[in-house]
Parts: sequence; C-alpha cells; structure tokens
Amino acid sequence: MYLKGENISFGYRKDDLILNNVDISLGSGEVLGLVGDSGSGKSTLCKILAGYEKNYQGTVSIDGKKMPSNAYNPVQLIFQHPEKAVNPRWKMKDILNEGHVVSQDVLSSFGIKTSWLERWPNELSGGELQRFALARALSPETKFLIADEITTMVDAITQVQIWESILDIAEKLNIGILVVSHEKNLLKKVCHEVICLSRINNAGLYNELAFRDMQNASLGGMVPE
Amino acid sequence: MKSEVMTNIIDGSGSEALLKVRDLSLSFFQYTSGLRQTELRIISNMNLEAYSGEVLAVVGSSGSGKSLLAHAILGILPSNSRLSGSMEYKGQSLTQEKKEELRGKEISLIPQSTTYLDPLMRISDQVTGSVEKKDKGLMRERQRDTFQRYNLRPDVGKMLPHELSGGMARRVLVSTALMSSAELIIADEPTPGLDERSLDETLRYFKDMAKKGCAVILITHDIEAALKISDRIAIFYAGTILEEARIEDFTNEGENLRHPYTRALWNALPQNRFQKMEGHQPMQDELNGGCVFFERCSIRTEDCSKDIPQLKRIGEGLVRCNNVS
Ligand SMILES: Nc1ncnc2c1ncn2[C@@H]1O[C@H](COP(=O)(O)OP(=O)(O)OP(=O)(O)O)[C@@H](O)[C@H]1O
Ligand SMILES: Nc1ncnc2c1ncn2[C@@H]1O[C@H](COP(=O)(O)OP(=O)(O)O)[C@@H](O)[C@H]1O
Ligand code: SF4
Ligand SMILES: [Mg+2]
Ligand SMILES: [Mg+2]
Repeated sequence: MYLKGENISFGYRKDDLILNNVDISLGSGEVLGLVGDSGSGKSTLCKILAGYEKNYQGTVSIDGKKMPSNAYNPVQLIFQHPEKAVNPRWKMKDILNEGHVVSQDVLSSFGIKTSWLERWPNELSGGELQRFALARALSPETKFLIADEITTMVDAITQVQIWESILDIAEKLNIGILVVSHEKNLLKKVCHEVICLSRINNAGLYNELAFRDMQNASLGGMVPE
Repeated sequence: MKSEVMTNIIDGSGSEALLKVRDLSLSFFQYTSGLRQTELRIISNMNLEAYSGEVLAVVGSSGSGKSLLAHAILGILPSNSRLSGSMEYKGQSLTQEKKEELRGKEISLIPQSTTYLDPLMRISDQVTGSVEKKDKGLMRERQRDTFQRYNLRPDVGKMLPHELSGGMARRVLVSTALMSSAELIIADEPTPGLDERSLDETLRYFKDMAKKGCAVILITHDIEAALKISDRIAIFYAGTILEEARIEDFTNEGENLRHPYTRALWNALPQNRFQKMEGHQPMQDELNGGCVFFERCSIRTEDCSKDIPQLKRIGEGLVRCNNVS
C-alpha cells in the first residue's frame, strides 16, 4: 500500500508558494525521514497528506484512490505541539477514546498512567500529552502515521521508549511512518531513508524537493538495536 | 525530609547568587469524587541557585517539574497549587507581589508552549510588549534588528500567531526575551523545532546574555545544546534534583557521570547508544519514602528504599545517591 502525494503545490497566500510541485511516496511498513529548514513547509506538507489542508493543487491518494472523507482517517497526523491538537474542555479519557477505545496494552506501552485519564489537558506536561496523542493515533485502522517533530518535547529515555513502541506497533500493523525532525541522529536511528524539503530562496524562486537524495549512503544502521 | 543547606561549589566564583530557591515544594489540589480533595506533590524540597554571568542548564525527565519550577519563579502557577519554601532574588525575598513587579522586566520567561502567544494580537505588538509610548519607536527598531538576526522576514511582525510555523513561533518567543532588559532569563525548551542555524543563533544569544551579566536558566531536553553553552547542569527527576554535574563529565559512555539516572539519560541519546531503560518516572503517590529512582535502578541496595538520599558533594559535583563515591 502506498500513500502518494503527486505534484503538490500550495501557498497560504496567492503570491507565495510554499510547496511547488512536490512528489512524495510512503509505503506500508516504511519509515521515511523528512528534513528541511524551519519554514520550508514540512508541516504544511504533513497537513496536506493527512487531509487537514484541502486547498492544494495536485493529488493525494492511497493506492491510486482518493482519500475517504467520511470514514476514519487512515492517515493519522501527530503535531509538533500536542496541546494544539486537543480540545481543552475535554478530559483526557474522552479525548483518548473518541471514535475508538484504546487498549490498555497501548496505554502502558506509552507509559500512560491511569490517573492521567481524569485530568484536563492543561494538567499534563508537554511530553505526557504527546504520549496520549500517539496512543490514540496508533489504532488498527491506521495505515500511515505522520509524525511531525513528535519527540522534541520529551527526555531522551522517554524518546527511546516512544520510538520503540511506535516502531513495534507499526511493524505489527504494517503502518508506514513519515518522520519529520531536525535531529539527524534520531533519523539515523529510526528511518530507512531520509528525504529533504528545501526552499531555494532566491528572489521568489521557491521549492524543490530533493527527492530521496539525502545522504542515503551515509545513513547508518537503523534501530531497533 | 529535612531541608538541606547546600552551597554551590561548582560555581567557584564565590559570588552571591542572583536567585536562590530554598527548600521549595509544590503541590496541586484536585477534587476527585465529589468533595474529596487530593494533594499531588510535584516538586519536593528543591534547592537551586542561579548566578549572574552563568548559564544553568536544567535537564531531566519529562514531567519532572521543570516548567512548573519556572512558573513558580515567575509567579504564574494555577490557583489550585500550593507553594512552600522560599525564594530570594538579589538577596531579597521574592514574594508574589515582587514576582508580578519583575515579570517581563527583570525576570523574563521564554515559555515552552508557543500557545503563550496571544492568538489575536499581531506579532510585533507582542514582541515590543508593554513599553511606554515614547519608547515604541526605539523598540520597533530593535525588533527589526532582532528579527533580522533570527531570519524572520519583516512582514512576520504583521502576522498573527497561527500564521507562523513552529520554528518561527519559537524564534518570535526568543526575540521577545531578547528585547526585554531582563537580568534573569528562564528559557523553557526554547529550541525544539529549530533548524541548526536558528539553534546555534539562539544558543549564542543565551551565552551572550550571560556574558553581559545575566543569569540564564536553560530548561532543555537537548543535552548537546546544553553542553555547548552551560556552566552547570542540574538533572531533574520526579520533582527532585538528582545530580548537578560538570559539563566535562558528559563524555564517552558517561562513566564520569555519577548518578545512574544521569548515565542512563546520556546513553539514551540518539548520538550515543539510543539505549532504552524500562519503567517510568514514578508519580508522587507511588513513592515510598526512599530514593525516587529506586524502581529503575540497577545498583540499588536495600537501604535505598528507606530514606531519601541526601544531595552530597562528590568530587566537583553534587549527587543524590547512596551508592556512589
Ligand atoms: N495558517 C497559515 N497562514 C499563513 N501562513 C502560514 C500558515 N501556516 C504556515 N504558514 C507559513 O507557511 C510556511 C511553512 O510553514 P510550515 O509550518 O509548514 O513550516 P515547517 O517546515 O514545518 O517549519 P518549522 O520547522 O519551523 O516548523 C511558513 O513560512 C509559515 O509562515
Ligand atoms: N495544573 C496541574 N494540575 C495537576 N498536575 C499538573 C498540573 N500541571 C502540571 N502537572 C503535572 O506536574 C508534573 C510536572 O509538569 P511540568 O513541569 O509541566 O513538566 P516538565 O518537566 O516536562 O516541564 C507533570 O506530572 C504534570 O502532569
Ligand atoms: S540511592 Fe540507591 S536506588 Fe537511588 S540511585 Fe542511588 S543506588 Fe539507585
Ligand atoms: Mg513544522
Ligand atoms: Mg515542560
């Protein structure tokens, strides 16, 4: 199964194209890294792939089919800032179980304590909230996970635990993952391959996707070690 | 637990601390079923000092109370919290009134969450902040310089927060602190989502502020960044400082680090061994009066579960562990 974005062009304003003819393809079970300067459009691309941003040109498809708009979204996006993705007026247990019930196994593999379920989002630290977001997103109906800077908010030990859980669940469910990060060392550990989104910034000449060309050869061994 | 009088030895300057946190504890009160109130302790008997001219890095476990310590110093804790212990700033008691008076002026916070930006206010108004009318022009000029330095286009000033990328919002927050005349800067994870260039620029800025005589407290998960600019590193876990280590001790397999948690943290970094450690930081109600790291510790002994180990001086660092020397 492939999630494909083809010829994607997008600008928040008419005169300013953020993405210009971008192609990207993510296969089931694949872990693909995405790097690029701040503001280069990585998060924007993520939102388009997950169907959050609709006003783009080009196509996003799974195995050639347009994305379903009413059913459960098979492309789950986890944001850079988990606090923005939750309704502050809902308790964690309601946020967590919206749509489907998350199993106890998944909760414990992300180190979520039962007592946190009774709390409001603002009563959790950034790293704790992020683990909720992940537990919710990794459901059996999920085919692709888009992880936009998801572990910048947690300590290194929690980061290893989170990635081990993600890779473990993703492997079992054959989920493909797009990993956006500025941390090259992390990408080296978790990804099969890394691509770069670069914005060539001379006088209005914008994006170009240097596709699958980023130091593939130099990427060391992947986890799990 | 008895409070510990702890003098800072790593500092070496012998000068008086700009900020002294003494025996600080922080709890939250929550109503569970009906009117039953439970107390949730987050920070326990913490001692900490920040010196002018110095960058103190605070690293450690997610949820260990780093942000809340920052909020306690700034006086912006939620109303269901209770603080005990004391704080001194420039040798004077730092009361809530004093905190409010100094906040955003002498003491400046770069918050962890970019949601601290007012969603309805244009960026330039937030950055230039609460200055008097006559200073507005000067501030605008400073804003232009600062934005340029952080690679933010001038039209960013006219934008609203939701129009910024994560990294841009981060740089806006840093700019805001840069433009204040703060003497104590507390930066709560100022660097996630920054590309290398912005990261280096931000770190250089903190170092510059310290050189100019500010005290900087840098809360971060990016240990590599902390090592580049800090003078001391404090390691937090479950509301407690487990170690205050020297920068030079973070090398190789971490054999110079003393606390087993610090060593595990170091070895978990992707550039090191990316090594996993089982278990999770305990909630305060799971603690049994012994070492907070007991459950996960590979060198624990029976004694460790009896009393909270004292923070003791070993070599040039401070360590809270019974079994290191
Ligand atoms: N809602 C919006 N309205 C207008 N402009 C926007 C909006 N959201 C993002 N932008 C702009 O789009 C560009 C790309 O943003 P995006 O968040 O995709 O960047 P990014 O590559 O993820 O950067 P970072 O690493 O800093 O998060 C930025 O220049 C940003 O200002
Ligand atoms: N308003 C609140 N009520 C109850 N618990 C809280 C509240 N805010 C934070 N906490 C808890 O306090 C602990 C420390 O939070 P925080 O300081 O944000 O952590 P971090 O070290 O990651 O910045 C976490 O366990 C968090 O769940
Ligand atoms: S005091 Fe005991 S349990 Fe705690 S870190 Fe040291 S050896 Fe481990
Ligand atoms: Mg982004
Ligand atoms: Mg925090």
